[in-house]
Amino acid sequence: MTNVRPDPDRLLEVVLREEARERRGRLKIFFGACAGVGKTYAMLSAARQHRVDGIEILIGIVETHGRAETAALLEDFPLLPSRKVEYRGRTLAEFDLDAALALKPQLILVDELAHNNVEGSRHRKRWQDVEELLAAGSDVYTTLNVQHLESLNDIVGGITGIRVAETVPDHVFDAADEVTLVDLPPDDLLERLKEGKVYMPEQAVHAATNFFRKGNLIALRELALRRTADRVDAQMRAYRADQSIHYVWQAKERLIVCVGPAADNETLVRATARLAAKLHADWIAVYVETPALQRQPRAERSRILDALKLAGELGAETTTLAGADAAATLSAYAVSRNAGKLVLGQPRRRPVWKRLLRPSLADQLVAATRGLDVFLIRLDTTSPLPASPRVMMATDWHGYLWAIGICAVTTVLAALLLSVFDLANVVMVFLLAVVAVAMRFGRGPGALAAFISVAAFDFFFVPPKFTFTVSNTQYLFTFVLMLVVALIIGQLAAKLKFEARVAQSRERRTAELAALARELSGALTTAQIIDIANRRLDAIFQARSAVLLPDSREQVREPHVEQKAVRLADADLAVAQWVYDHQQPAGLGTTTLPAAAARYLPLKAPMRTRGVLAFQPADTALLDEPEEMQLLDTCVAQIALALERVHYVEVAQDALVTMESERLRNSLLSAISHDLRTPLTALVGLADALTAARLADDSRRELAVAIRDKAQRLTALVTNLLEMARLQTGTVQLKSDWHAIEEVVGSALRQMAEPLAQHHVVTDIPPDTPLCEFDPVLIERVLVNLFDNAAKYTPPGSTLMVKATHDAKWLRVAVEDDGPGLPAGQEEKLFEKFERGATESAKPGVGLGLAICRAILHAHGGEIHAENRAEGGARFVFRLPLGTAPQHIVESL
Amino acid sequence: MNPRRILIVEDDPHIRRFVLSALETEGGFIVFEAADAARGLTEAGTRKPDLMIIDLGLPDRDGRALIADIRKWSSAPIIVLSARNQEEQKVAALDAGADDYLAKPFGVPELLARIRAQFRRTAFDTGGPAYCFGDIVVDLTHRVVKRAGAAVHLTPIEYRLLVTLIRGHGRVLTHRQLMQEAWGPNYAERAHYLRIYMRQLRRKLEDDPTQPKYLLTETGVGYRLAA
Repeated sequence: MTNVRPDPDRLLEVVLREEARERRGRLKIFFGACAGVGKTYAMLSAARQHRVDGIEILIGIVETHGRAETAALLEDFPLLPSRKVEYRGRTLAEFDLDAALALKPQLILVDELAHNNVEGSRHRKRWQDVEELLAAGSDVYTTLNVQHLESLNDIVGGITGIRVAETVPDHVFDAADEVTLVDLPPDDLLERLKEGKVYMPEQAVHAATNFFRKGNLIALRELALRRTADRVDAQMRAYRADQSIHYVWQAKERLIVCVGPAADNETLVRATARLAAKLHADWIAVYVETPALQRQPRAERSRILDALKLAGELGAETTTLAGADAAATLSAYAVSRNAGKLVLGQPRRRPVWKRLLRPSLADQLVAATRGLDVFLIRLDTTSPLPASPRVMMATDWHGYLWAIGICAVTTVLAALLLSVFDLANVVMVFLLAVVAVAMRFGRGPGALAAFISVAAFDFFFVPPKFTFTVSNTQYLFTFVLMLVVALIIGQLAAKLKFEARVAQSRERRTAELAALARELSGALTTAQIIDIANRRLDAIFQARSAVLLPDSREQVREPHVEQKAVRLADADLAVAQWVYDHQQPAGLGTTTLPAAAARYLPLKAPMRTRGVLAFQPADTALLDEPEEMQLLDTCVAQIALALERVHYVEVAQDALVTMESERLRNSLLSAISHDLRTPLTALVGLADALTAARLADDSRRELAVAIRDKAQRLTALVTNLLEMARLQTGTVQLKSDWHAIEEVVGSALRQMAEPLAQHHVVTDIPPDTPLCEFDPVLIERVLVNLFDNAAKYTPPGSTLMVKATHDAKWLRVAVEDDGPGLPAGQEEKLFEKFERGATESAKPGVGLGLAICRAILHAHGGEIHAENRAEGGARFVFRLPLGTAPQHIVESL
Repeated sequence: MNPRRILIVEDDPHIRRFVLSALETEGGFIVFEAADAARGLTEAGTRKPDLMIIDLGLPDRDGRALIADIRKWSSAPIIVLSARNQEEQKVAALDAGADDYLAKPFGVPELLARIRAQFRRTAFDTGGPAYCFGDIVVDLTHRVVKRAGAAVHLTPIEYRLLVTLIRGHGRVLTHRQLMQEAWGPNYAERAHYLRIYMRQLRRKLEDDPTQPKYLLTETGVGYRLAA
């Protein structure tokens, strides 16, 4: 199977990777065994070389440690001023990331990759600053010592006796574009040390002298050389894969490491990290929470969680499983994740009795599963651990008190029962009490109850009474049996209770998540989504949260929506902006901007990041629990998806509106071109006729009257068009006040007196019609349009009726005629723009009138509709909300 | 009687032209014209017109400011020309001292009717103590209102309102002006009182309160008593 075609997916991946690399800056690490080998010097020399090529270089931060030759190399390079930070009364000079990002040099030199930034900086570690510089497109040169590599940290510590707190994750080292090993034989280094060329802080001279022993130096050099060789090896293999020289399908190896309550979890995790790196395997750090472990004090638990966090930093996926049987849970998980190797920690010595009583976890696993390799890492139990204070929880001693109390009551009860029942039966009452205590208060109180019960039974009921001596040896057997049964039942009961609790909490979470999903799927607006998110996150995590959305200029803002639920009011927009720009979580509990009061998570949806969630749980320890964070991630993904969905709904609606207005524009143009041109043509013709020939006075007058009529019609049309345009822009401010409807009816009739001269007008407005709040000019417009319609579409001599009625909520006005009525089925269509009842266009007007009426009434919160009267003719009815009219002073007569 | 003198201030030459010819030929007035506010003010000062027609949209100055200036020394009636949908401008012009307004486009007969109404009003100002419209007689000295010979009972406010309209006679009175006259300055913002009293007045004085003949509504502006 050699020389097959390259896998297309693989090639695509390579192309994508290369593309990403194009945009990113390149990272070059000058790697050395220890301080003093000349990394900084080598870095500066290399930069000098580049400057000859005309590359723009900036010194981000470089420590010369007072070495003259290094300082000489620094000369005439542009130097970035450092950021002065006040920390515990001292002024520290820190690398100024923002200034560097603003300058955006082609190449920037940042010394000491492993440096820990002072508190209050954006990132906790300098390598994160470097990542951001690379992402911004600048090339970076930096230096690193082997002891600072995360996975080798403990080995170096073991060799030299000094553990450093400043570490760099291996993936940073492995992802570097170039690593240059700066090597110096130990003898030369010692020579330089003697000459005082190696920097040492004064207070650390003693420790450093220990550190710089020849044996140490040889070991460190070997580590550095080997680590570099590993990298070269990996590169070679990657090259071969890319070039398809060798192609073998192989399932990706997957390792699971089980973190337990044992002392030295850290060693276990680091060892697994190295093993995974060697095997080129993915690895998962798992913590199985059994009932026994759940009862661990908080400090113990947090140590386990720390180990998981470390594993996460070293590149592992982390998860927490819950189950009563660690072996079964682990093997099931291994199968589900298709992992072939399991790594466990094994204390050097397990007490013999423990080994006899129960096989070790490794033995159980080996026995339980097939096809699973189990690796054991020996753990040093002798390594001193801070003794964790046994915290007895309040409920615990309550439980014990209850156990004593219940036993006392049971004893009294048993004494009463003894008069009726046998002693053998009375024993059962004690068993019942033990079960009850174990069920309610757990294992410890249950055991106590078992012992007390046996003692009380012996003391009070077994002859000779009121002594612990037993005359009949038969009873000794009863005691043992009773104790054993009580203890077993107690254990079972406690276990049952734990599992019920686990199931319950899991069920609650599933229900909450389902509720979130259900509510989000029903949300139609961004405001609703935000409200749901605030409420649900509060319910699930007891956390305050805020959803921050980007504006049109990609600036994250607090959205201007009414927010009812409990929410985070003082979200830090600067942090949110960073999170939005980099699409990475930051804030509380992360290594970026950890000083923030909340955790900030990007709301990543498939198409793009939709915003930022600020999240602040009441108990910040929650942020360290992997299962909680996984749940939060699920919630965040759901919220992001909902936001994206609403966004696209809006986009679709906009598109629809645009299409609609396009259609309207077209029909407007055709309507206008007809309805404006016709009268204009007539006007021009009539005027020509008037000026041209010698005409009789009668003909002249006739022509003039015709011109006037046409012009009047045009006026009405233009008025309607302007009115519609005004209403359409949405800028119309209602000048509402309390008005009497008959007044407006009167003035509208007066305005239409001329067109309605041939019609019989009847009004019916009861005297008790209340005042109503509206804009009189606009409502007059409605009436004028309705009267105009009646004048246009009914023959002369028809009757026009205006009726007003009202109930508690509405004022209704009906305009009726006894004309030919409306075309059947077209009643609603009439209110659309440019719709006219009759298709032939002998009647002037573009059919805007009713559309204007509807727009005006909607603006008032009212409605208008049309119908045909049973007795013939058309009826237009509009209604206005009545509201509560203001009080007026009643004049004394 | 000498022919009346009318000044028209309007920037559009066509409108000026047709108004001028209509007023001269059909009304028999002497007409002066001005194309902008500055010229209009000069003409008003030198020609001493009996009535002025002023367009609100003048090129050099707001017509309202011109009206205010003229009102400092002249009480001659002013008719304002304005476009539709400019109720606030109309109200502002009336409050500044204009007597009536005419919305563009308007016809010659309408303009002539308005002009005549204004001249009648100025003539009436010197008239007697009783005022009649339709079958209504208002005795201003004895404060008695009679409709078809029968006394009509009006409340004090109704009466004050009616008298204010009579004094305006044909002039459009804005809500503010009416409120101020009938109630006093403190009530100027409570225009709904006015609507209630106008409704009562119409019920007492009009044949069909929904289609009034005398107590007319100028929607969005105010009220007017038709002559």
